[in-house]
This record gives sequence, C-alpha cells and structure tokens, in this order.
Amino acid sequence: MGGYFSEIFYGSKSLLIGMGITFREFFKPTVTVQYPYQTIKMSAKFRGHTELIADEEGKPKCGVCGLCERACPSSCITLGSISVDIEVDGKVKKKKVLSKYELDFTKCSLCGQCVENCSFGALEFSKEYNLASTRKEDFHFNLLKRLEERNA
Amino acid sequence: MSLTLLNVIVAVVIAIAFAAANAAYLVWAERRGAARIQRRPGPNINGPFGLLQPPLDGIKLMTKQLMIPGGADKILFMVAPVLAMAPAIMSFVTIPFSQGIAAHNMEIGVLMIFAFASMGAMATLFAGWGSRNKYAVMASVRAVSQNVSYEIPMLITAITVVMATGSMDLKTISLAQAGGFWHWNIFPSLHSPLMPISFIIFFICSLAETNRAPFDLGEAESELVAGFHTEYGSMGFGLFFMGEYANIVVGASLTTILFLGGWDCPFGIFPGVWWFLLKIYILIATFIWIRWTFPRTTIYGLLNLSWKILIPISLFNLLLTAGLLKVF
Ligand code: SF4
Ligand code: SF4
Repeated sequence: MGGYFSEIFYGSKSLLIGMGITFREFFKPTVTVQYPYQTIKMSAKFRGHTELIADEEGKPKCGVCGLCERACPSSCITLGSISVDIEVDGKVKKKKVLSKYELDFTKCSLCGQCVENCSFGALEFSKEYNLASTRKEDFHFNLLKRLEERNA
Repeated sequence: MSLTLLNVIVAVVIAIAFAAANAAYLVWAERRGAARIQRRPGPNINGPFGLLQPPLDGIKLMTKQLMIPGGADKILFMVAPVLAMAPAIMSFVTIPFSQGIAAHNMEIGVLMIFAFASMGAMATLFAGWGSRNKYAVMASVRAVSQNVSYEIPMLITAITVVMATGSMDLKTISLAQAGGFWHWNIFPSLHSPLMPISFIIFFICSLAETNRAPFDLGEAESELVAGFHTEYGSMGFGLFFMGEYANIVVGASLTTILFLGGWDCPFGIFPGVWWFLLKIYILIATFIWIRWTFPRTTIYGLLNLSWKILIPISLFNLLLTAGLLKVF
C-alpha cells in the first residue's frame, strides 16, 4: 500500500518537474534560423561542389594536368584544353590552357579526391548548399564559367 | 413561441461562432505555444504573429476534395465528423458564461454536457469503423476503451460536486460558489479536504476525454498513421480538428464551473464574464502546456491510471464528501 502512494507521489513529482522545464523553455529566446530570411555561415569543413581557384589575374590556377579527371572515382569531371602562345623572356612558347571544366554534380560523391590530387592547388570545395532544382541539367556545372562570373 | 425560436437560433449561431473562432485560434495558440516550448517561433509568416494562419488553413482544407475510400461505410463515414463537432457546439448552449450570459439554462446542465460528451466517443468509433482501415479501427477501439474508463472517474468527481452543491444546474452551481476563492468547490475546507485532488482528477479526465496528449492514443501517429481520421481529408478532417478544440473549451468551461467558481472573481472585484474567460483560457493554456511536455502514454499505462488510481481516489472522495455532508 505504501508503494502505491509513493508511486503516485514520485510520479506526480516527476510530471511537475517536467512541466517546470517546459515552462522555463517557453520564455527562453528562440534558437532556430529563419531560413530563407536568414542563413548561417557554413563551417570551414563544409563540402559543397568543387570550384576552381583563381590566381592573381583571375585566371584559373589549373595547369590542365588531368589528375583530377583521372582520380575521380565517379568520373564526373570532363576537362578541355587549348594551346596558346605566350611570351616568356622574349621567346614564344606554347602553353596548355584550360578551356572547359565540367563537373557532373549528379554523380559527385564529394569524396575530395580531385581536390587532394591537384598539385596546382587549383580546386576547393564551395560553400554552396542552395542547389535545389527539378532538372538534372542544372547540376552539370561549368566551373570555368562560374569562375568568370565570380570574377565579374 | 416565435420569440423562443428566434432565441434558440441566435443562441446556436453565437455558440457556433464562439466554437469556431476558438477552434481556429486555439490551433494557432497551440502551434505558437508548442513552438515556444521547443525554442522556435512557430507560424509567423502570414500576418502579424502568424495570425492569418488559421483562416488560410481553413481555405486550404475547404478547397480540397472530400474523398470517401472504396468499401467504406458511406453513412458512418459522413456522419462521424459532424458528430465530432455538433455535440461540442450543443454543449455551449447550456454553459453559463456569466450571470446573464447563457444561451439556455437547464436544470440538468451537467447531465446534458456529459451526455453530449459521450457522443464524441461515438464520432471516433464511427470514423474508425466506417473508413475500412485497419489503423482507424485499432484507433477507435482504443479511443472507446479510453473514453469508457475515463468517463467513470470524471462522472464520480462531477457527482461529488453535484452532491455538495445539491444541484445539476450549472448556473446554480456557479452561484453557490460566489464570493471569493474560499467559496469555490476546489477549496479544501469547504466540502472535503480531497477536493483539490478531485479537481486534478477531473482535469486529467477531461484531458483524456478530449483525446489530448499525453492520452491521444486514438491518433497515435507513431503507430497508427493518424489514428481514427487516417482516411479523412478536406473539411472532414477539419471538423474533427475543430471538434477537438471545441471539446477542449467545453472541458475547460465545465472544470471552471464545477471547481473554480464559474464567473466568480477570486477577490470580489470587477465581477463579470472576463473572469470566466480568464479561467478557461488559463486551463486551456495548461492543456497545451501539458501536451508539449509529456510523451504519449501506452494504452496499458492509460487504463491502469484510470482503474487503479483515479477511480479509487475519486470514489473515496465521493464517500468522504457524503460522510462530511451528513455529519456537518
Ligand atoms: S569530389 Fe570526388 S566524386 Fe566529386 S568530382 Fe571530386 S573526385 Fe569526383
Ligand atoms: S588536378 Fe588541378 S591542375 Fe590538374 S586538371 Fe585538375 S584542377 Fe587542373
């Protein structure tokens, strides 16, 4: 019989403690981010799709070595290059320049192989996460064009 | 005769308007309150403080198609939502909000409200049975056993009050408690020292009777999809939803009248209907607060609570009150 009443007593007490907790929470400020009116800064380790890094002149740092293309386990990188003549110390030399960098983000697993393999340090992860779309084509990124748009 | 008819029509219109407005804005209050407890702002986009949310929700529900699943019992399926809402509105007719504000005062108001409240269980049963859905049937079985077991302690506590006051008339019961909070039925030294506990029992039972969390086993989403209204969309669902909130208002009003002195002011100042409204909204806020604090119980826990704790204690208080009334 004593157990019966102590069970009721401790049960009611725990219920009141619970109600006390929610009562205090009620008056605390809200902690949620009002997306899309507010956004938060993504953390340093956040991996969005890859992005080309520009040098001082705004050109891609990429040397078109093709390592990223080969390293990618999902084969989602397609590179293109053209040779251009450049003058170095008065002599005309040929140099390969990146003309196309296509990333098929529908297949990318964000593994980071491309970023780690790039010996020119020309790739990074963007902080982009607003990428919703109903069309697959929207996820075939032309990174060269994106770089130009960023420069503009 | 025609005047009486007019009176009745006006009363019913006001009762419907009051019930519907309450239902709409209690949903808003509930969502805002729940959000605050969970440290988020809740609906805040439509209108100031999200106040346009309820009418917009209503429009959305009304523009949806009312689907009747194949194989469902059409009549029961259609009757159930109406049956969920109508008794709550009917109960408003006899609730005295203040000395002069009562649509129709009845000698047997308490009985009438309990009679209509039990019709709410019928709505759940019809909805579950009529929609030809396993989840819905399970839910209505639960809801009915819950309603049956919680009606007993609720009625016993109500009888205790009726016995102490000597009347079933809600207005007489309220008037008997006039003159400050020490005259209210909840006050321990008045009728029986167990009255505050009876009040808590009554409050718990009205939570259970209105199928509110933590007793909302009839719509346990985690195991029964949406419970008895799984198959309902459109305004059919809307009526169930509004019926739930209208029932909450009825439950809070009844608790106020039976235990908290109706429209009586605790200190005898500014008498009027606002004390009644203040009391019911405090009770409703507690309903919401409880819902967002406690997890759902199991059906066994629920029935054990009723049969092993609430019924014995309320019976004991009934006997004690009867004894004390006889002695003094
Ligand atoms: S992150 Fe991985 S999958 Fe994505 S492009 Fe780079 S190598 Fe390919
Ligand atoms: S590994 Fe780096 S430098 Fe080589 S092609 Fe890829 S991005 Fe360009």
